[in-house]
Amino acid sequence: MDLLEVKGLKTYFKTQKGMVKAVDDVSFSLSPGKVLGLVGESGCGKTTTALSIANLLPPEGEVVGGEIFLEDVDLLKLSPNKMRKRRWKDISMVFQGAMNALNPVIRVGDQIAEALVLHDKMTYAQAMERTRELFRLVEIDEDRINHYPHEFSGGMKQRAMIAMALACNPKIIIGDEPTTALDVMVQAQILNLMEKLKKEINMGMIIITHDLSILGEICDDVAIMYAGKIVEKGTVEAVFSRHNHPYTRKLIEAFPDIYGERKLARSIPGNPPSLLSPPEGCRFHPRCEFATDICKTTEPALMSLGGDHLAACHCQGVWNE
Amino acid sequence: MNKLNQRRRRGKREGFLLSLKNSKMGMIGAAILLFFFLMAVFGPILYPFDPQVFGGGADIMNPPSPRHWLGTDDMGRDVLGNLISGSRVSLMVGILATLISMILGTVLGILAGFFDKTIGGTFIMRFTDFFLVIPWLPLMLVLAAILGTSIWNIILVIGLTGWAGTTRVVRAQTLSIRERPYIERAIAIGSSNRHIMLKHILPNVFPLIFANTILVSAVAILSETTLSFLGLGDPTRPSWGMMLHYAFSSGAASIGAYWYFIPPGLAVVLVVLAFTFLGYAFDEILNPKLKKR
Repeated sequence: MDLLEVKGLKTYFKTQKGMVKAVDDVSFSLSPGKVLGLVGESGCGKTTTALSIANLLPPEGEVVGGEIFLEDVDLLKLSPNKMRKRRWKDISMVFQGAMNALNPVIRVGDQIAEALVLHDKMTYAQAMERTRELFRLVEIDEDRINHYPHEFSGGMKQRAMIAMALACNPKIIIGDEPTTALDVMVQAQILNLMEKLKKEINMGMIIITHDLSILGEICDDVAIMYAGKIVEKGTVEAVFSRHNHPYTRKLIEAFPDIYGERKLARSIPGNPPSLLSPPEGCRFHPRCEFATDICKTTEPALMSLGGDHLAACHCQGVWNE
Repeated sequence: MNKLNQRRRRGKREGFLLSLKNSKMGMIGAAILLFFFLMAVFGPILYPFDPQVFGGGADIMNPPSPRHWLGTDDMGRDVLGNLISGSRVSLMVGILATLISMILGTVLGILAGFFDKTIGGTFIMRFTDFFLVIPWLPLMLVLAAILGTSIWNIILVIGLTGWAGTTRVVRAQTLSIRERPYIERAIAIGSSNRHIMLKHILPNVFPLIFANTILVSAVAILSETTLSFLGLGDPTRPSWGMMLHYAFSSGAASIGAYWYFIPPGLAVVLVVLAFTFLGYAFDEILNPKLKKR
């Protein structure tokens, strides 16, 4: 059975200019022990999807449709108070920019223990013991437990954030660009750590990123998002080698290939559309070199390309020669 | 490792004191305050004159002499003895009233900032504005007159009129801190509002409260002096303001009894100045934008 099932999720933001459809009819599922990567340009709804699942949307945002099942409970139907109690226990997050997600005036160990005292009803001493365990797990020196965030390096802060996310043994961890602000060396360390944790702890992970190399490194499945919709999803292997949406292909082309001949990475001309009034038909058509008349009028549905590999494009494979 | 930790922490504290030592203003302020605190604590032992003992005819309005170091007043009481016991009253009123102001200001400020969209922005801040704009002296006079002249009422009155500025400052800082990512994280791990305000926001606004406390202390002492000078002080516990009140009503200035009105006046000015100096020095140390490089 799936651990997490998101069906037809729609999250809109109310602004003065109108409704911004940040996430529009997104569906995916996640099994225990698997890692799902959500990929796309900035502003295509990755973070909003994550925040909708964790019920942490800012006041202007609202989930207007869909269902989010965690095992057999619809998270959207829980009262705010019940959701607050479940949040870190069932679903935890590693936030974007860990450097700012730690309170500068509280010791790191205490900030991790905070979650344990709140949710697992531990005494402070028990929570500190568990925190030491977590520090070992994420490979930080235990003696650092009483240090303040400014005494940690960027990578250590990120490890501490991962330790915090692991604290209550959640069923799902959502990593919102967990390595974005780090240099490549530290990035590799964090990815290795996550790879190790994935094997040791049988939980589901959702990794939000725009870095395709991370996908290949730790993800099992990928969902490519564009303008609030999923345009292609499947296993990493299928999406990388048999990609079937021009946007996916462009994303991969925009990334330098270390094996092939030396050439400039190609960018995708134009910007993602405004989600206030997305284009008719396929949302990618204004930037797509293969667009035909049908792309301008009819929205393509996600179609199976065999098994779980789905793509939403009218010209399935026509251009992929 | 733990020793290293301790050393590092001690190093931080030393850094704070070092910055204070480098600030001339701060050192002058601290020295003056230390002098008056020592005077309040040890003065009665070193200069054993009961301030409430009235002298006979020969003791009235005597200029300074080896027996009465600062002379006597119009009722034959020793001026230095009065100054020493007055320092206890003035400092106590100043500190306790400040405490009331700071607690009120901090609690209301954090609540107003945290619940900005609901009760904070409307109810609490309008209530604060009300206290900011009404002239505080007449309000204090009325309150002191209604409540009666006891030292505890004076403390209460000064405390209840001095919190509005602090509320504004604390609210502004809370608004800024509330939007930081670590508060989002705290919400995500399921912290209650109370927990977030006490554990995450309060420690972050604390430096501000600390610097503000010292400046509010100066105002509180000045307010006490004003109230006492206008005759609303507690007659059983004469403060510096009360001495000035008696000096004024006995016409000390017109008969040239400088030893009667200069010491309490100077004491008030010096203490207020010292608090202000110290407040500025702390502000400079705690606010990195003002730090000299």
